[in-house]
Amino acid sequence: MPEPAQLVGGVLLLAMIIYVVSGGADFGGGVWELFARGPRAGEQVRVLRHAIAPIWEAHHVWLILVVVLLFTCFPPAFAAIMVALHVPVTLMLVGIVLRGATFAFQSYAAGDRVIERQSVRLFRVASAITPLMLGVVAGAVAGGKIRVDAETGAVLSDFVSPWLAPFPFLVGLMTLCLCTFLAAVYMTVETEGALREDFRRRALAAGIAVGAVALPAALGALAWAPLIGVPLLRSAWALPFHVGTGGIAVGALVALLWRRFRLARMLAVAQTALILIGWGMAQYPNVLAPDLGIEQCAAPRIVLMATLTVLGIGTLLLVPAFVWLYRVFKAG
Amino acid sequence: MSNLLAARSLMAMSLAFHILFAVVGMAMPLLMVLAEWRWLRTRDPAWLELAKRWSKGVAILFAVGAVSGTVLSFQLGLLWPEFMRRAGALIGLPFAMEGFAFFLEAICLGLYLYGWKKLPGRVHLLSGVGVLLAGVMSGVFVIAANAWMNQPTGFRLVDGKFVDIDPVAAMGNAMWLPQAAHMLLAAFLAVGFGTAGVHALLLLRRPGSEMHRRALVLALWVGGIAAVLVPVSGDLLAKRVAVLQPVKFAALEGLFASEAPASLSLGGWPDQDAGVTHGALKIPYLLSFLAHGDFATKVQGLNEFPRDVWPPVLVTHVAFQVMVGLGMLLLLVTATGAWLGVRRRPLDQQRWFLRLLVACAPAGFLAIEAGWVVTEVGRQPWIIQGILRTSEAVTPTPHLTVPLLGFTGLYLFLFAVVFRLLRRHVFLSAEGSHA
Repeated sequence: MPEPAQLVGGVLLLAMIIYVVSGGADFGGGVWELFARGPRAGEQVRVLRHAIAPIWEAHHVWLILVVVLLFTCFPPAFAAIMVALHVPVTLMLVGIVLRGATFAFQSYAAGDRVIERQSVRLFRVASAITPLMLGVVAGAVAGGKIRVDAETGAVLSDFVSPWLAPFPFLVGLMTLCLCTFLAAVYMTVETEGALREDFRRRALAAGIAVGAVALPAALGALAWAPLIGVPLLRSAWALPFHVGTGGIAVGALVALLWRRFRLARMLAVAQTALILIGWGMAQYPNVLAPDLGIEQCAAPRIVLMATLTVLGIGTLLLVPAFVWLYRVFKAG
Repeated sequence: MSNLLAARSLMAMSLAFHILFAVVGMAMPLLMVLAEWRWLRTRDPAWLELAKRWSKGVAILFAVGAVSGTVLSFQLGLLWPEFMRRAGALIGLPFAMEGFAFFLEAICLGLYLYGWKKLPGRVHLLSGVGVLLAGVMSGVFVIAANAWMNQPTGFRLVDGKFVDIDPVAAMGNAMWLPQAAHMLLAAFLAVGFGTAGVHALLLLRRPGSEMHRRALVLALWVGGIAAVLVPVSGDLLAKRVAVLQPVKFAALEGLFASEAPASLSLGGWPDQDAGVTHGALKIPYLLSFLAHGDFATKVQGLNEFPRDVWPPVLVTHVAFQVMVGLGMLLLLVTATGAWLGVRRRPLDQQRWFLRLLVACAPAGFLAIEAGWVVTEVGRQPWIIQGILRTSEAVTPTPHLTVPLLGFTGLYLFLFAVVFRLLRRHVFLSAEGSHA
């Protein structure tokens, strides 16, 4: 039986995976509006908005759950991350605010042309910036450059160098590509005919881009972020794990080529999950490498147990609610 | 500007901005659901039209509330990392519950807004009820965390460290329920009168609209009931504050020297340096009664406490007067409306009353802002009452004036757009009623 801290850590990772495959794809949808081209550009934008509208707010809550779990169960790690990564987190928040607000504005513009046009523009740009900064934050957390005095909780590193570096930005770029990939793959399931072909081509391009960024990101990890890079590439599990992830990634592309869209969607989600699981495995047992280990920075056992209880009860309510939401809006 | 002041200003602004939208997200669904329920019962299309129009307002404001709330949950750490490092484990539980309530609220709202044609009538109404309940619950949960900052409990303090942490006891602190009840009722008060004001304006422009008359009456019922209950919850809360946060209580009263029996000060201008409150109207015995339920009990003044634990007295006192004054004003408006109702004068034909309602539309929201100033400024210099000072909790990140300016610009921009959009929706609906 795993320790409660490990369980909470696992839930945290799971919540991050769900956030990327749900909320991340919503950001990707906004990015595809930037690239709406060709004779069906207007149609592309229409279906993208239609796909996001009823669900983006519910998807967004996964991020809140991640933050809450982090500060409830690993408070020193949360505090240190918020100090060291103040700038990229703030930029991400600005993106989140602008994306969400402008999406509502353009949906309910009621014929106000100025607001509609400017909201659409801001919505698209914010949809691209937010996953980029989310990835930068993740990359900086994984990068192992945030140093903390484990006794006092004081952050010893500066406020810039942990994130303003090649590795976090490579992770940011990869996150952005992954979100656009997921969005395009989902859209192939939710559209038909020529429109579906548009998204199929976009999905293929984004999938290749994910692979093209993943390789330098992994090698970059080895060079610039050895704390994560070495276990990620040199542990006993590394080779079979990467072969598996790579195989699934290729499988998703092949499924797209063969127009097996539902299969492609499943494989794209699996690929995303594996990438995040790989991060988690390489970083374990650290929450914030190298100074904050999971046992050492975890909240007292009673807090973890109470949180797990709330998670359990909450899930019982949440699962049927999400199933209902998807049944109503994503059926067929 | 010092980093501490910049951090406090930024936090204050984020809270002040978010609360406006959070309040609508909590209370507006009640109006929306009541209108739809009337529609299902009567099949009168005016009710359906109202439910749809109100739901559009909810949609816009909920989205801004959701994202500005996200900013706040991060800013707890971005601005007050030392507070979160020490207290995260103690206040996290209600936040986790709030997370699930927020999930359900967002899911139900998605179903409600986009499910008009996809869900059968009763099921659709049920999703609206889900929005209402989940919204109310998320508010109640989040306030548990704030209440804990006012009345920290559920731990032992050993060498400045929290040990023997009990997160359930922390959540069940003595300030939680009175604070939550007061906030919830205030939300219905603000939204009730805000909505009534909008429909009063529309009735002034286009007299005789049946839809706006109904909207006005329904909103007044909601706001009016809340107006009667808000002072009751406020009284319960004040009695807790008097015992658990006596310094805050003395500051919000502008009471420097202890009094037994103590008189209530109405208005007035506290001079913190001189230690006197100028120009207040004193009502003998009343403060003793309000604080402790007895006309003779002593009420402690600020002079009994060291100066370095005083909050800014002027701000706290004036904010409290503004909050209570606005609450009383709305109670008076409610009484006027009730009197008109009893005399069987149609509300929509009393133009002076409609004008009064228009003028009072922002009053509830202003009262809520003032109330949060009392709560937060009145707790200073503490971030955790009596345990951790705000100055000890602030982030070491430099140049906080930059995000302060940035978020100020962002929020002003969003506020302007929301205002313009809502105005547009309101006047479109004026044309709609003509058709």
